[in-house]
Amino acid sequence: MSSTLQGLAQVAHRIRRYAVRMGEVQGQGYVGQALGWADVLAVAYGHALALKPDNPQWEGRDRFLLSHGHYAIAHYAALIEAGVIPHSELETYGSDDSRLPMSGMASYTPGMEISGGSLGQGLVIGVGMALGLRHKGNPAFVYNSMSDGELDEGSTWEAAMAAAHHRLGNLICLIDINNQQADGPSSQVLGFEPLADKWQAFGWHVQRVDGNNLAAVLQAFDTARTLAEAKPRVILFDTLMGKGVPFLEQREKNHFIRVDPPEWQQALEHLDATAPSGAATTARPQGAAA
Amino acid sequence: MNAPAVNANTAPKKKLTTSAMIASIASEGQRTVAAPFGKALVAYAADRPEVVGLSADLAKYTDLHLFAQAYPERFHQMGMAEQLLMGAAGGMAKEGLTPFATTYAVFGTRRAYDFIHQVIAEENLNVKICCALPGLTTGYGPSHQATEDLAMMRGIPGLTIVDPCDALDIAQAVPQIAAHKGPVYMRLLRGQVPLVLDEIEGGIDNYSFELGKAKLLREGNEVLVISSGILTMRALEVAQDLAKDHIGVAVLHCPTIKPLDEAAICEAVRYKHRLVVVAENHSVVGGLGEAVASALLRHRVQPAGFQLAGLPDAFLDAGALPTLHDRYGISREVLGQRIKGWLG
Repeated sequence: MSSTLQGLAQVAHRIRRYAVRMGEVQGQGYVGQALGWADVLAVAYGHALALKPDNPQWEGRDRFLLSHGHYAIAHYAALIEAGVIPHSELETYGSDDSRLPMSGMASYTPGMEISGGSLGQGLVIGVGMALGLRHKGNPAFVYNSMSDGELDEGSTWEAAMAAAHHRLGNLICLIDINNQQADGPSSQVLGFEPLADKWQAFGWHVQRVDGNNLAAVLQAFDTARTLAEAKPRVILFDTLMGKGVPFLEQREKNHFIRVDPPEWQQALEHLDATAPSGAATTARPQGAAA
Repeated sequence: MNAPAVNANTAPKKKLTTSAMIASIASEGQRTVAAPFGKALVAYAADRPEVVGLSADLAKYTDLHLFAQAYPERFHQMGMAEQLLMGAAGGMAKEGLTPFATTYAVFGTRRAYDFIHQVIAEENLNVKICCALPGLTTGYGPSHQATEDLAMMRGIPGLTIVDPCDALDIAQAVPQIAAHKGPVYMRLLRGQVPLVLDEIEGGIDNYSFELGKAKLLREGNEVLVISSGILTMRALEVAQDLAKDHIGVAVLHCPTIKPLDEAAICEAVRYKHRLVVVAENHSVVGGLGEAVASALLRHRVQPAGFQLAGLPDAFLDAGALPTLHDRYGISREVLGQRIKGWLG
C-alpha cells in the first residue's frame, strides 16, 4: 500500500471511530451511513478538498455540500478529523445548544456549507454556487454529497440537466449508493438503474467505483478534479452500510441504527482490531489538512 | 425616482373573451407603463455587477428579458424547473451575488415552497423572488391564479413580502428590495402596467414607496379601505365614485405585507370611527385581511365595522378578467356596491 493510501486508511479509520463515538453519545444515529461513507469522506477531507481548517469560510476553499443532512454524524467526524471542529466537541453531538445538531445545518457548524436534510436540495444549490464561483472567477470546486434515495427527487434531475447545459466543470457530485432508504432497499422503493447510463445521458462525466476501496475512490476523485472537459462530473460510489463493523454490515434493517449500549463498545473494538497501522485515535494537529 | 414614461392605451373596445395568460390588467384608456420591473432592474444593476437574473422559462413574461438583453452574461436560464430556480438562486446568493429569480407566482410559491423555505429563507439569503400573475390577474383558472401565495409566503419566517399597486410602486420598490439584506417575495405586475399613484385625485401630492411602510393616500370620514396591490387602485377608483354620493373613503395602501406596518394601520383605524374594509387581490384566507384583523385585535383597536373584500376561499373560474373581477367582487363597480351595502 502506498504511503498516501496508508495515510487515507488511517483517516478513514478515525472518521469511523468518531462517528461511532458520537452515536454512542446519543444512543442512536445514522452510524451505518457514516461507516459506509467514511472512505469517500477520508479521500475528500484527507486528500482532495482545498480548505483551511482554521478559516472555514476561506474564499478559496472547495465547497462541500451535505445534501443528505442526516449524514451529519459522518460529516462532523470528517470535520473533526480535518481539524475544523475541535475534537472536544465530539461529546456534545446532538445535545442542547451544541454546534453539532443531529441533522446538518449551516448556521450551526463551521464547515457545514448548507442546511441539508430536505432531500434533493444540495445539487440545485450546487448549480447556483458553481455558477456563482464562475461569475467571480474563483476556480474552487463545488462537491455535492448525496444519497441514492435523493435520486427519487425530481429536483435532482432538474439540477442534472442544468449543470450540463451550463457546462459546470466545477461541479462534482458524489452519490452514496448503499441501496438503503427509509422504507427499504432503494432499488425496491423506486428503481433507479441503470444509473451510469442515466447520468451519462444527462451530459455528465460518469465514474462508478467501489466506495469502500480507497485506491478506487482516490483515483475517481483525481480523475474528476483533473478532467479538462467543461462538463459536470458525478462519481457513483457503491458502498456497504456499516462497513468495518461486521455485525452492523449484516444487520438487515440498517437505515437508522439503534444499537444496544454494549454494542457501541463492541463496534469500537471491531474498528480498532482492524485499524491500519499508525492510525492514532485523535485528530491531526490543527492546520494539517490545509 | 420619477414616474416612468407613460403610454396612452387607445386600443378599441373588444369583445370579452377568456383572458390570455398575458392579458393586461389595465382598464381601457388607463395610463400604463411598459415593463416597469424590467426597466427598474436594468437601471439598478448598471453599476452593480453582483445583481444577476434567473428565469424558469418565463423571462419574456416577467419582463426579465430586458435584463437578459442588457446583461446577457448575468442572465441565467434555468428552464421550466422552479425547484432548481430557487435552489440555484440560493446557491448564487451564498457566493455573494444578488439574484432576482422570476417566474409566475403559482409556480414560484406552490411548486418551489420548500426550496424557498429551506434553501433561501432559513439561511436568510439575499434572493429577490419576483413572481408575476398575482391573485386574479389571469383568466386561465386555478393553474395560473395565485390566490393563496401571500398566505403561504407569510408563513415563512424572515421573508419580506411586497404587493405593489402600479408601475410607480414597482419602479421604486425594485431598488429598495435589492438593497434590503435578506430574502424578498414581490408580487409582480408586468407588461403594460397601470400608472395611478403619481396622480391621486383628492389625495396626497407625492407618493413614494417605502419598504415596510403603509401610506395614507387620501382621507375620508365614513370608510377606511386598507389595501395592497391592484386593489389599492380599485379602492382609489371607488373612493372617487362614492365621493359623488358624499361618502368619504380613506385609502391606506399597504404594499409591504410583511413586516406589516401595524402602527400606521392602528393609527388610521383609531383616528376615526369608520367602517374598515380590507381589500386585496388574494384569498380572504391568510392574506392582508387576516393580518390586519390580527394586528387590530392584538393592539386592542376596535373598528366601527370590519369587512374583507378579498377573493373567496374557492378555486376560481376561468374566463375574461373583467367578468371575473365582477364575479368575485373586486371590480370598481362591485367593490363600490359592496362597500355601500356594508355601510347600510
